[in-house]
Amino acid sequence: MKPYRYERSEDVSGTISTIAEEPEGAFLAGGTNIVDLMKLGVMSPDMLVDVRRLTPDDVEETEDGGVRIGAAVTNSDLAAERTIRSRYPAISEALLSGASAQLRNMATTGGNLLQRTRCVYFQDTTTPCNKREPGSGCSAIEGHNKNHAILGASEHCVATHPSDMAVAMTALDAFVVTHGPDGERRIPIEELHRLPGSEPERDTILEHGELITAVELPPTAFFSNSKYRKVRERASYAFALVSVAAAMDVEDGVIRDVRIALGGVAHKPWRATKAEEALRGEPVSEANFRAAAEIELEDAEPLSGNAYKIPLARNVIVRTLSDLSEEGR
Amino acid sequence: MTATQAPGKAVGAPISRVEGGLKVRGAATYAYEHRLHEPVYLYPLQSTIANGRVTKIDASRAEAEPGVVVVLTHENAPKLASTDDKELAILQSGDIGFRGQFIGAVIADTFETARYAASLVEIEYDENEPDADFRADRDDLYTPEQLNAGFETDTSVGDADGAFDSAAHKLAATYTTPREHNNPMEPHATIAVWDEDELTLYESTQGVFWTQKTLAPLFGLDAGKVHVISPHVGGGFGSKGLPHANVVLAAMGAMLVPERPVKFALTRHMMFTVAGYRTPTIQRVRLAADENGKLSAVSNDVVEQTSKIKEFAEQTATSARMMYDSPNIKTTHRLAALDVSVPSWLRAPGEAPGIFALECAMDELAIECGLDPVEFRIMNEPENDPESGLPFSSRGLVECLREGAERFGWNGRHPTPRSERDGRWLVGSGVASSVYPVYSMGGNAATVRANSDGKYEVEIGAADIGTGTWTVLGQIAADELGVPFEDVEMKIGDTTLPNASGAGGSSGITSWGSTVVEAVRSLREKIEADHGGNIPEEGVEATAKMPKNPHSGDFAMYAFGAHFVEARVDEDTGEVRVPRMTSVFAAGNIMNAKTARSQFMGGMVMGLSAALHEESVLDTRFGHVVNHDLAEYHIPTNADVGEMDVSWIEEDDPYVNPMGSKGIGEIGIVGSAAAVANAVYHATGVRVRELPITPDKLIS
Ligand SMILES: Cc1cc2nc3c(=O)[nH]c(=O)nc-3n(C[C@H](O)[C@H](O)[C@H](O)COP(=O)(O)OP(=O)(O)OC[C@H]3O[C@@H](n4cnc5c(N)ncnc54)[C@H](O)[C@@H]3O)c2cc1C
Ligand code: SF4
Repeated sequence: MKPYRYERSEDVSGTISTIAEEPEGAFLAGGTNIVDLMKLGVMSPDMLVDVRRLTPDDVEETEDGGVRIGAAVTNSDLAAERTIRSRYPAISEALLSGASAQLRNMATTGGNLLQRTRCVYFQDTTTPCNKREPGSGCSAIEGHNKNHAILGASEHCVATHPSDMAVAMTALDAFVVTHGPDGERRIPIEELHRLPGSEPERDTILEHGELITAVELPPTAFFSNSKYRKVRERASYAFALVSVAAAMDVEDGVIRDVRIALGGVAHKPWRATKAEEALRGEPVSEANFRAAAEIELEDAEPLSGNAYKIPLARNVIVRTLSDLSEEGR
Repeated sequence: MTATQAPGKAVGAPISRVEGGLKVRGAATYAYEHRLHEPVYLYPLQSTIANGRVTKIDASRAEAEPGVVVVLTHENAPKLASTDDKELAILQSGDIGFRGQFIGAVIADTFETARYAASLVEIEYDENEPDADFRADRDDLYTPEQLNAGFETDTSVGDADGAFDSAAHKLAATYTTPREHNNPMEPHATIAVWDEDELTLYESTQGVFWTQKTLAPLFGLDAGKVHVISPHVGGGFGSKGLPHANVVLAAMGAMLVPERPVKFALTRHMMFTVAGYRTPTIQRVRLAADENGKLSAVSNDVVEQTSKIKEFAEQTATSARMMYDSPNIKTTHRLAALDVSVPSWLRAPGEAPGIFALECAMDELAIECGLDPVEFRIMNEPENDPESGLPFSSRGLVECLREGAERFGWNGRHPTPRSERDGRWLVGSGVASSVYPVYSMGGNAATVRANSDGKYEVEIGAADIGTGTWTVLGQIAADELGVPFEDVEMKIGDTTLPNASGAGGSSGITSWGSTVVEAVRSLREKIEADHGGNIPEEGVEATAKMPKNPHSGDFAMYAFGAHFVEARVDEDTGEVRVPRMTSVFAAGNIMNAKTARSQFMGGMVMGLSAALHEESVLDTRFGHVVNHDLAEYHIPTNADVGEMDVSWIEEDDPYVNPMGSKGIGEIGIVGSAAAVANAVYHATGVRVRELPITPDKLIS
């Protein structure tokens, strides 16, 4: 691990200008991802600014009746928060399906959103990886790609985003509030993470030194009928092969509104807008759920080792929507 | 159990391990934790190519780093006295045989400095394309002279091919098991110190004398000049049996800094490169039976992997030679020698992968014959050992199957797959047999000392790798002495003690226990003959060697078992969960009901793990395992392990050893993966013949 400086600050704009002058500087929150990557030599910042005291660590109601989650709220606190459990259960379920109790106690909302891919080649500095070392090549395309993307990948990178929480937040129309060198921004979460294109080294649209301060959730009532289903190779403590977050508003057997996002399938949490569109106004039925899932997955392009994700994603979409339509009745 | 045991009643009692308190308090000293004066830390350099040689090493930036003591490379490495073993003879040239091989090390005054400085060393290579592609259809497979533990490579009784061709019922299928890494909780760790021409190793090992006898000739020393200390070991599963290059590297590093202790622990990543692993296997199994379901042919043709730099030939098909009654039995083993690291022992080498294939095939053939899988096995129970023709000293398989079926609730099971469901879960059950040989290893001696205060000390250089040796040898000694368990103090894990074999092949208690019993008997004779039956003031001791078993050669000696598993498979996702396992063992006299249960259960969980999770994925382009950490290489979490019903039958076997015990460290893993696979088939109707059974293989 390269020697680095550690700084702690309680002043947002001071911090942002400090880090703006440090091209190799990075923020540190719970450290459960960045410190691992530093030990592996994957990331080698020469300065870490601890932001845990810099951003709020509480959950509060917003003026429009929604909820604002401070970036420093830990994953375990957020999962246990009463408002989240009752009004946005998919988020609580997603958090509790992730990592381990110890990790969730350390991990923060901001850090969770910006955790990096678990692609084995990205984490291994002895193998080529465009995300870690632009231009070196992508080892996964012809290698071990069982856990990689089926949607929105490029010839430069086929990695997936690993966060569970971000998938649930994507389904539930969250906004990410940031503070950067150019002031504050409020970014729809769907736009936060990027597809890899020709710049896989960029996970998100954030600028260097742009700090996430909060995540905001809208007051949408039917989000209380939301759910997160994660498929993994063991019962606990594993990243998703595929996951689905969904919310549904059903009246008299008809889908008034619906939100669907997929995890484990793309470089970003994948909002399934095509499936949503296909379902709005349609009657609740397994056949309709299946048809919608198939529309969404029409563009899926499997790699040598991950074709199973297509039927898996389809089945999990169908199952999650079926469960929601039963529970939401 | 803390209550005092009545004299003569310690064996069999569920006595808690004597060092348990130390371990819980963190006071048991593991290899890396010994406090020595002014240690330095070693971090290795590992090759990033799989085949070729180092052409240049520039360590100048590392050497300039404050705190760096020395950089070790093949250019300044001590010359070894023996270089026959290419796994151990590291740094003798720039040649590279596999990716991750040690090519040097940085020694510094902190671990962090050593690791950082290692990243500053610049290495240039002359690289050849690696050949790491493990396939059964390679044209360069070869026949090893013999297999691990000295087993014959190929065997043939009768005419298996002919019998197969003409049989009423038959099954031919290929089963594969993946590369698996041992991954004990405690990494391989060493503290090495040279004092003049003496080497001391604080080492995490399954056998202090194995380490001593391997290391001494490498450095041209008499065995007595290598002192190995290993009181507590956080698991090994075979990977700390045959010493690996890590201890050689630590000893070489220590040579460059005389009198200073050099500390070296493998990281989890390194444990996927240099610490041994189970070879992947490809097994072509053929079984045939007559109209009634009586086996007429058994064959298993195995292809497995070894390293070009050193041969290891797993004895995968040996259990097919003796498990069931068949007039025609044939087994073969072929190896692919690749540019990969050296495979080695992993809990039940041979039996674990071999019985997986055989017991899945038995399930398939039972179904083909229209027979219940339990009854089918019982029908094919041999009278004598089909391989040697000898009678079995005891063979409790049928009893285990019957008892297990009863405990599990097997009887009345619907034979048709996919006949039971619970919501979205498809529910099924499966059975498989288990077997493990009774091994004993030579070269053991023990000293027993009687003190005039009525306390006893027992010394033997045995190993406790979390298995319970500290406790169980004390129980055996106490009963043989006829004194309370508390009056016996054990000393193990040090080469200053009498010579002992290591913890391997589930042979520990047979080998060490027989020796301890013999030493107690000698002591008793000595007290009788020399001291008129009284312990003299100054105490008295006797040393004895392990006696030869008078019955060896007269009997085939094995432990047996049967596993019953319920599996649930989510129809939508292919997720498999195992809510319960029932296993019954016939393993002779059980020495300690508590530590035995832990051994059996640990094996069962490891079999569950092999069935559903474990797989080291080797990227043939690079030649290394790419899922080399415990986030990517899965083992079961607590949530994956359901109800574990572990039991054993009473078995009186007077032939195996004076205690009537059989080894129990490995039998739990044997067959458990097959029982899971058979249950998954029964639940889903999908036969997965390639381990592990992950959701992608079940989803459609
Ligand atoms: C073994 C293991 C298993 C795991 N399993 C799962 C799982 O199943 N599901 C899952 O979703 N996750 C899982 N995780 C990942 C875990 O959720 C993340 O590591 C964690 O959420 C990261 O949060 P953190 O606060 O520790 O971030 P850090 O490690 O501190 O930071 C992560 C990144 O975010 C940046 N950052 C942090 N805070 C801010 C901020 N406020 N503004 C801007 N940038 C910021 C940092 O610079 C860094 O680049 C697992 C992790 C481990 C180690
Ligand atoms: S998929 Fe992306 S992260 Fe993985 S090796 Fe390719 S470029 Fe790197």
